[in-house]
Amino acid sequence: MRRIAIALVILVALAAAPLLLDEYRTTLLLPVFGYSVALLGVNLLFGYGGLVSFGHAMFLAIGAYAAGVATTALELESFEAMLALGVAAALLVAIPVGLLCARYTKIFFGMLTLAFGMLFHSFLFKFYDLTGGDQGMRVRRPTLFGLEFEDLDKTGFLVGPFYWYCLALTALLTLLMWRLVHSPFGLALRAQRDNPRKAEYLGVEVGRTRFVAFLVSAAYGAIGGAMLAVPTGLADPELAYWTHSGTLIFMTLLGGFAHFAGPLLGASTYVLLQDSLMSWTPYWRLVLGAVLALIVLGCPQGLMGLPALLRARLRPALVARTAPAE
Amino acid sequence: MGAFLEVTAAGLFHAAVLFLVAAGLQLVFGVQRILNLACGSFYALGAYCGITAGGYALSLGVPPLLALLVLLLAGCAAAVLGPPVERLLRAVYDRDESFQLLLTFALVLMLQDVVRMVWGSSPRQVDGIYLAYGQVEALGARVPVWNLLVLLAALAVALGLGTFLRRTNFGRLLRATAENRRMAASLGVDTGRIYASVFTLGVALGGMGGALVVPSSAATPEMAVELVVEAFAVVVIGGLGSMGGALAGAAIVGLLRAVALVVWPELELMAVYAVVVAVLLLRPAGLFGKPAT
Repeated sequence: MRRIAIALVILVALAAAPLLLDEYRTTLLLPVFGYSVALLGVNLLFGYGGLVSFGHAMFLAIGAYAAGVATTALELESFEAMLALGVAAALLVAIPVGLLCARYTKIFFGMLTLAFGMLFHSFLFKFYDLTGGDQGMRVRRPTLFGLEFEDLDKTGFLVGPFYWYCLALTALLTLLMWRLVHSPFGLALRAQRDNPRKAEYLGVEVGRTRFVAFLVSAAYGAIGGAMLAVPTGLADPELAYWTHSGTLIFMTLLGGFAHFAGPLLGASTYVLLQDSLMSWTPYWRLVLGAVLALIVLGCPQGLMGLPALLRARLRPALVARTAPAE
Repeated sequence: MGAFLEVTAAGLFHAAVLFLVAAGLQLVFGVQRILNLACGSFYALGAYCGITAGGYALSLGVPPLLALLVLLLAGCAAAVLGPPVERLLRAVYDRDESFQLLLTFALVLMLQDVVRMVWGSSPRQVDGIYLAYGQVEALGARVPVWNLLVLLAALAVALGLGTFLRRTNFGRLLRATAENRRMAASLGVDTGRIYASVFTLGVALGGMGGALVVPSSAATPEMAVELVVEAFAVVVIGGLGSMGGALAGAAIVGLLRAVALVVWPELELMAVYAVVVAVLLLRPAGLFGKPAT
């Protein structure tokens, strides 16, 4: 009950945000939604599946480029069509890649996904005629449910209808993910993370479970990528670069990979932190790197785990220090 | 024939640099079991140290012919970072691999801005060394002598490293620690000291690799993240933790890139990653690695 209440309060606050905040701050919340959706997918693999992908940014890029292709080459205007195209393209790539990667865990999974991600990045970067190379691809303003909002300028569209659309989409996908990780499938995914052999004895099809998780996270990545590309109006090859995949893992860890809401908290904290750091110093990477190092060393459960960590520090009792995701 | 030789020479030059960085990566992985993403950052640091030292040496009137030595020493200077960084990594030796990777990723982010702070973000290069040694012409090919010197230097390092690991007492202790850390420690090996020295040696190797490229190509703060993936490709193809693998992997990646650049430039990097994927799928332990048990 308490969880539902907190979720509702946050949802109402976010829905009211465009009315209360200025335009700049509202546009700042748009990447939070995009990254939240993408990170829900990342955390399905990382937090629940125990698989660290260093190539997941590829799927964000697929979503973004699908939005670009939809508006420029196919002349599709509707955002729903962009999302559908992005998810279809992501699944088309994720099926062969996932079949190959699901056989591995740990460092080999990480390196194989890294190799696939960089393979895709060099395709985007070098095949100038198809993808626009380092220039990327333009993403035009889409229609939502067939409505064009002609009377609104670009910013008005972004802080108005598009904002609420993204909020609703994020809420919907969060709910869907909640159902998924609390289904028997979610249980099987966690079981294969903790002990793959035992899980297999209990009838979990380990490879297939990983494969399905990979597909779901790819689809979430593509939706997140499309949501990121519309505000910037650009699909950029840097979206697929390996450092972006690292950043995705960083965000998840920042929020707390052992908690369902960790990715949502991580996305918002990272986006807002990066924005304020960038306006404060040109050396924002140094600060972000230091934050990441501190989290890895001192607070591996992320911001969500901070209260428990502090409680344990203040009251040194028999407190379990690391609890796995629920 | 001439064009073929030129392509091969360019490929081998790149392979020599890649080998140095990958050798550092292999040493650290072999002993500490940490896959160090920051190896690219040490490469970048070495490059910038080389720019400073090389420029300073030339302005002092040091003959360009001594530049190779100056640059190698400048690259080694990056190793001062070795002990403190190893001290930091010590906290994650027993942790999950993903945390180890993320801590080295944090180092990549931080060191990239350290380079930017000290040397600025515009590309920089040392002029006046690359062609100071002249070029050799043979069979219709023109190859700068510098490239051949770098190749020789890398081969010398490979040979030296091999001898060091096989023949010296410290090398044996190091291999024993890599093989079984607890057993080595219980037999009286100071594993803490071994770890610190191995990591410092790894940083020095990466630094030398970086310092050797600045006469021919410009250094940028982004060179770190660009090289990491190539160095990873090298160790995956060659096999994690194997020195011979680093040598073979570097040669494969270097030559593949050079050939692809001539035959089909769009595929320059894709060819490398495609080979990585193929190796990981068909022979996950790499060409020279021991199959995982």
